[in-house]
Parts: sequence; structure tokens; C-alpha cells
Amino acid sequence: MDSLSLIGMVSIVTAGLTLAVGSLGPAFGEARAVAQALAAIAQQPDESATITRTLFVGLAMIESTAIYCFVLAMILVFANPFWNHFVQAGGG
Amino acid sequence: MIAITPDAWVLWHWGPFPVNATIAFTWLVMALLVVLSWLVTRRLTDGPEPSRWQHVLEVLVTGIRDQIAQVSRQDPGAYLPFVGTLFLFIAASNLLAVVPGFRPPTGSLSTTTALALCVLVAVPVFGVAQQGALGYLRHYLRPTPLMLPFNLIGEISRTVALAVRLYGNIMSGTVLAGILLSLVPFFFPVVMQLLGLLTGMIQAYIFAVLAMVYIASAASAASAASGGASRGGSGSAGSREREANDRGR
Repeated sequence: MDSLSLIGMVSIVTAGLTLAVGSLGPAFGEARAVAQALAAIAQQPDESATITRTLFVGLAMIESTAIYCFVLAMILVFANPFWNHFVQAGGG
Repeated sequence: MIAITPDAWVLWHWGPFPVNATIAFTWLVMALLVVLSWLVTRRLTDGPEPSRWQHVLEVLVTGIRDQIAQVSRQDPGAYLPFVGTLFLFIAASNLLAVVPGFRPPTGSLSTTTALALCVLVAVPVFGVAQQGALGYLRHYLRPTPLMLPFNLIGEISRTVALAVRLYGNIMSGTVLAGILLSLVPFFFPVVMQLLGLLTGMIQAYIFAVLAMVYIASAASAASAASGGASRGGSGSAGSREREANDRGR
């Protein structure tokens, strides 16, 4: 197998793994955060505005870890720097 | 091949400068906001029957004011221009994403980095304006001077996080819409567009609220550190610390 197809294969497999692992963790985290927030709202319905705002900000923080993984996977698939380098080197 | 950033889409060359989609659509959004607000604020009235558009603008401004006041627990007047502009610009460009042919400028890492850099500059500016230079700079040495490098790293990393979060969310919406359009071109992309509207608004809200939280913590944390010389902001700082303690438990 030449180096170009090896790079392509490893990039795509890594992108899939990155997305899989990178969405698993934040999914657990967000589920826990939402469950806690719902319990808190059930206990103190008067505070639901504050709880909801804090929940949204916290969810965005958790979600950004998944977003980092997504950006990384997109770069690996669509804008792979190693791939571009070897294509350029091979092309001349 | 899907372009994951509108930077790569060059619309025309203006002299030696290539004008890409990010710049052009940023100008478009800015022009839209400026012209709309100029049209509305031209005939403001406090009479019994304000115009329909004045209602819209008043709802927007008072809504943003209330949110800032709730998050910062300070007078929102000083923060309203900066945070409100951030929110309106991001929200407008995210909402316009449903218009065919429009690529939201927030889907480009350059735009989001520029916005995050504005926040990075605004945090010390507001902090110094509220606390004075010494009072603000002292909070980098809390709790001990050993923490100085970590405080600086925290400042930079949250700016990077702010930029990448907005970019990743909007870019994912655009890329997913492109992939879905090529796979199932009839109904499903519309649903994803609606979801994109929701996430676009939420991201604009999150960006503005996080900017406000950073600014407010810089403006009030320093007063708690300086021995409570000005007890005006201490109520908010104290309750925020209490919240942090509760969360830590």
C-alpha cells in the first residue's frame, strides 16, 4: 500500500473514531446535566429561569468538547494537511 | 467536495484584494442591521401608539437589557452596546442562513476569532474601567502569585473555546445541510434547517451570555479581592462565590 492511500485510510478511520468517542462522553455529560436540572426545577419551580439559563450555558460548555471533535474530524476528512502535502509532493 | 469555510469562496477581486464570501456577507449583515435600526430609530415616539417596528426594537433592547442585568447583577447600561451588538450580529447572520445562497459569516473561523478577540480585549477594558488598572491586574495574582501563568492560559483558552464553539456549530449545520442535500434532497434538509435556526439562536445567546459572564467576573471579582472597599458589587460577587461553593460540593 502506498503512503497516500495509507494516509487516506488512517484519516478516515481516525475521523470516525474521533466522532464516536467524542460524542459519547458529551452525551453522558449532557444527559446528567439535564437530569440534574430537571430535578432542580421539580424541587424549586420558582427558580426555573435561573436554572434554565445556567443549564444552557453549561450545555454549551459540554457541547463544545463534542464540537472540537467534530471540527477535527471534518479537518481530517475534508481539509487534511498531510494528504494535501503528499498530493503536492507527488504532483510535482 | 464541500467547502468547510466560506473563506474559500471568492466572489470577486477588488483591486488586489480578493473579496471572499465571509467579507461580503459580513458587510451585508452589517448594512442590514444599520439600515434597519436607522429606519426604525428615525421616528421614535413615546406617545400612546408607537409604530410596529418600534415595538420590535423595544422588545429586543429591553430583552437584552434584562438578560444582561440578570447575568451580571449590575447596571446593564455600560455593557449593553458591546454585548447587544455581539448578540444581534451573530443572531442575524445565523438566522439569515436559511436564505438560499447565503453562507453565514459566523461559519468561518476568521469571523468567530475576530469576535472572540473583541471579547478578549473587552474583558480587561471593562475590568479596568470598573476597578482601575491596579485593582484589575491584581486579580491575575489570585489566589497566589504562583497562579499567574494559569490565569493567563485560562484567559487565552476560553477565548479559543469561544471562537471554535461558534465556528464548529455553524459550520456543522452548513456541512450537514450540504451532505443531506446530496443524499436525501427533498424533505429531511428542511427539518435540519429548522434545527439550524434553533441552534443558531442558542449559539448567539450563549456567545453573548459567556462574554457577559467573563466581563462581569472581571468587573466584580476584583472588588471582592480588594478587601471589599466598594461593597456595591460585593453582593453579586459574594453570591457567585456561594454558588461556586454549592456546585463544588
